[in-house]
Amino acid sequence: MISRPLTLKLLSALLIFGSWEMASRAGINYAFPTFLESMGALWNLTISGQIFVAYAETLKPLVTGVLISTFIGVGIGVWVGLSEKFDWLVSPIFIIMQSAPLAALIPLVIMAYGIGITSKTFVVCIMAMPVIVLNTSGAVKNTPSSLIEMAKSYLSTEREVILKIIIPSASPVIFAGLRLGVSAGFIGAILAELKITPTGVGDIISYSRMTADYPSMYAAIFSIIVLAVLFLNVLERIEKSLFAGNDLGYVS
Amino acid sequence: MSDNVNAVSVKGIYKNYGDVEALRDMSLDFPKGQLTSLLGPSGCGKTTLLKIIAGLLQPNQGEVYVNGQIVSEPGPDRAFVFQDFALMPWASVLRNVAFGLELRKVAKSEREDIARKYIKEVGLDGFENSYPHELSGGMRQRVGLARALSVDSPVLLMDEPFSAVDEQTRRKFQEDLLQLVKEESKTFIFVTHSIEEAVYVSDQVAILLPRPSRVSEIIKPSSFKNKDVDSIRKDSEYLDTVEKIWKSLRSYVE
Repeated sequence: MISRPLTLKLLSALLIFGSWEMASRAGINYAFPTFLESMGALWNLTISGQIFVAYAETLKPLVTGVLISTFIGVGIGVWVGLSEKFDWLVSPIFIIMQSAPLAALIPLVIMAYGIGITSKTFVVCIMAMPVIVLNTSGAVKNTPSSLIEMAKSYLSTEREVILKIIIPSASPVIFAGLRLGVSAGFIGAILAELKITPTGVGDIISYSRMTADYPSMYAAIFSIIVLAVLFLNVLERIEKSLFAGNDLGYVS
Repeated sequence: MSDNVNAVSVKGIYKNYGDVEALRDMSLDFPKGQLTSLLGPSGCGKTTLLKIIAGLLQPNQGEVYVNGQIVSEPGPDRAFVFQDFALMPWASVLRNVAFGLELRKVAKSEREDIARKYIKEVGLDGFENSYPHELSGGMRQRVGLARALSVDSPVLLMDEPFSAVDEQTRRKFQEDLLQLVKEESKTFIFVTHSIEEAVYVSDQVAILLPRPSRVSEIIKPSSFKNKDVDSIRKDSEYLDTVEKIWKSLRSYVE
């Protein structure tokens, strides 16, 4: 794995958090707390256990939605990549989904699935799935033809061509799609909690905004960003352990 | 048809790509235990013919015989070495070399033992756990060669195997190939566009001409075959043969 030097990571963190701190101290806006205040609020949320309760709530639709999108999305993507007919049938749906402002669909989702976890999971899925499907199908279509010929000349079955050549060969782009999909899933999860019913981290964000407890609001936003980065790191590690030779290094 | 002299024969092969006639009534014999080159300018259908022999392409008409049997799809009797190496970037050298055996359902420990043996034979000892992107072009083609050797097919099909490696490596490969043909009792079919390479490595050179593709001549260099690798390039028959082939081909090169 390509690992960037720790000093560089610390330096870039220092740079960003330092400018946050300074920008806030310069008094841009009274609703913009300093970095240290926000971290203090995060500490308070942590020791009171509030943040854990919130994440237990937020992670339910997020993890369910991301898992559904990953398995169904990669499955559909591989199928689209392999079959021209299925490509004609299905691709337009995902291309439209990817370019449409999906937040506008939330009122419809509420009408169809109510305000519970089903709606929230659905929002995560419609955010995450298109990019996963489109990346997967594109990668499958771009499998080097010489690798397929190689497998055939060494007597592989159709099934082996898919499992041993096409999927591993597409995996870097599939994982790139998964990274984008997971990020989109996070957006979906928070969007759902802000627009459907305030629960979990979305609840902390909207409640602390209403009570003008801005440090807590920033703390909640900060924590979800950290969680998303951790998620992507885990994903990268999974990729590395599955396909060691494809190592290019993206996150850490 | 039983044929003890020829490992591979093609008879009356026609192949069209849409309206373009790639091969017309192509017939050619490949003697057992020898290296036959298919030499010709680009577009003469030599790779097409090789892929038809491999069973990767279907001819519109005509038959391919391997050891007297008609074949129409890939089989255990033929192994292919690719121009662009066709290595799996996600797999180690060991797995790449053992891949042919993996597809033949050979048990893991057994196929890895065989693969190790051929990795050593092509001179990549110690690189078993490297990945293709860590190797040079020449080393990658050695992996491709080891993969083809490890399935132990009587016929080796090589599609411009040395065209993507640098000149020095290429010369070394040509010398190694001569050695290989002597040691292994295999039949080699070798596609190349280099006249020198074809004359240097071949027992028989089939010169193909384009549009429509046909065999214009078969040359069997003989006298310098038993010389050592260094003196072949200085041999007068070698030089004359190269010159003769160039004369017959030059009118087809713009």
